Amino acid sequence: MADSEMNISTQLEETGSGEPRIRTEELLINMGPQHPSTHGVLRVMARLDGEKVVDAWGDIGYLHRCFEKIAEKRPLPAVIPYTDRTDYLAALSMELTYVLAVEKLLNIEVPERAVYIRFITNELQRIASHLLWFGAFCLDLGAVTGFLYAFRDREKILDVYESLCGARMLYNYFRIGGVRNDLYQGFRDTVLRLMDDLEKRLVEFDNLITSNKIFETRTVGVGVLTAEEAIAWGASGPVLRASGIPYDIRKADPYLLYDRYDFNVPVGTNGDVYDRYRVRMAEIAESIKLVRHGLEDLPRGGDIMADVPRRLSPSGDTYSRIESPRGEVGCYLVCDGTDVAYRVKWRSPCFVHLQLLGTLSRGSLIADMVANIGSLDIVMGEVDR
Amino acid sequence: MGLIDNQHLPGIITLPLRRLVNWSRKSSLWYLLFGIACCAIEMMATGASRYDFDRFGMIFRASPRQSDLMIVPGTVNEKIADRVRLLYDQMAEPRWVIAMGGCAINGGPYHGEYNIVDGIDKVIPVDVYVPGCPPRPESLMHGVLMLQEKIAREGIERPLVRV
Repeated sequence: MADSEMNISTQLEETGSGEPRIRTEELLINMGPQHPSTHGVLRVMARLDGEKVVDAWGDIGYLHRCFEKIAEKRPLPAVIPYTDRTDYLAALSMELTYVLAVEKLLNIEVPERAVYIRFITNELQRIASHLLWFGAFCLDLGAVTGFLYAFRDREKILDVYESLCGARMLYNYFRIGGVRNDLYQGFRDTVLRLMDDLEKRLVEFDNLITSNKIFETRTVGVGVLTAEEAIAWGASGPVLRASGIPYDIRKADPYLLYDRYDFNVPVGTNGDVYDRYRVRMAEIAESIKLVRHGLEDLPRGGDIMADVPRRLSPSGDTYSRIESPRGEVGCYLVCDGTDVAYRVKWRSPCFVHLQLLGTLSRGSLIADMVANIGSLDIVMGEVDR
Repeated sequence: MGLIDNQHLPGIITLPLRRLVNWSRKSSLWYLLFGIACCAIEMMATGASRYDFDRFGMIFRASPRQSDLMIVPGTVNEKIADRVRLLYDQMAEPRWVIAMGGCAINGGPYHGEYNIVDGIDKVIPVDVYVPGCPPRPESLMHGVLMLQEKIAREGIERPLVRV
């Protein structure tokens, strides 16, 4: 508050001493927490000079759900459903981060088939998450058709999940040492057909949105994030890659089966909103390839759960990290020999990306702020935890 | 509706005013677009292509002033509870509230945690509770149908509810 008062007073002095000019005042506006394009309960404060954004910053905490504290209170396996609810658009990625951390601490070898199931379902999750992002982003920019198309295709992936584990969004499917249940009959054919279908849809989306004049005007050159800035802020995932840095944890620190299969890491050149869109859409195509590879080599039979003691009481600390659809998710787990974790720290990519908002918006128009927020793909559940 | 009774008089329907008003109220429930947490994604899915809320005359409005129905989709913590109340107060009468999902009903999986409001009925009056974590779109639609039934039974002037 004091800051803005100071600004106004300096302006007055300038008007008094210098040339006579129209006196302008900076305006502090509030956006959210109830706003259709803040993707949840993000509250953005922006200081404006006319239509230009002087500064913008987020106010978070509207969805703080005590995740880290809960993880210190519940037995290790009972935390898995809560990890789902941190990033609810990529629930399986969150489960995987946590499960990998516990397995690392207990030195559990996960059976081959379970690893394949995790691999396939995780890549499907990335497709579903990017599709939802695509839909919501189109909605932000006013293209309602894109939203409806994306949701239509996302539903088909959710159908697969529903047949697999009974839930559409929050699966509670991974277990420490494997997965809860085996694939259902016909999973392979259904998913292969779905992938063929999706490949055609990607072309459709491309025709619909990518070369659309309005879309290009709203996104090209908007919210530019240079490579240096991206690294300095600790960005990861598509946001980092759109700035031209080919860093992907699936390549840099492979987990599951990512070292066995060859896949491209899509990279942008300008680091603007348009590039972030292009990178995500290219990632869908890569994920489709990976799912196909996984289904090809999926072992016909075998265990889906390792021999895990009934009572888990590891000790020590570990860090596991994966490439979620939004970036690097990390789980720092400290256990002290009881069946409850001593401390769980969640590294959330969205929290980091949210801090970029000021850098992206400074100097741009207020109308572009919506595109900026949308392009970061923020899930408030993960920011606030 | 009296449609069948008056076949000899085309274009004329006789019915109690209360039923006419309630019929129009329940057939165009514009809901507030207020996504809080996971359930919001299911609310979006319900509004999107496969489930299609538009069939019920439900269109999302971004402003509470224009909306009749508030679906509270997600966990309400102490920081956002004021905002939920404020949004509810900004809505014009008649207004209804659906508590969507376990968190909005009683805190759900987060019941009893340090920052959580255990149920939005501690903040605003609720008409229909839709259980689930998150509820399927079909559940939400069922909740809406139940709300429509409830509206059909109401008087023209709703009794003022105080919390």
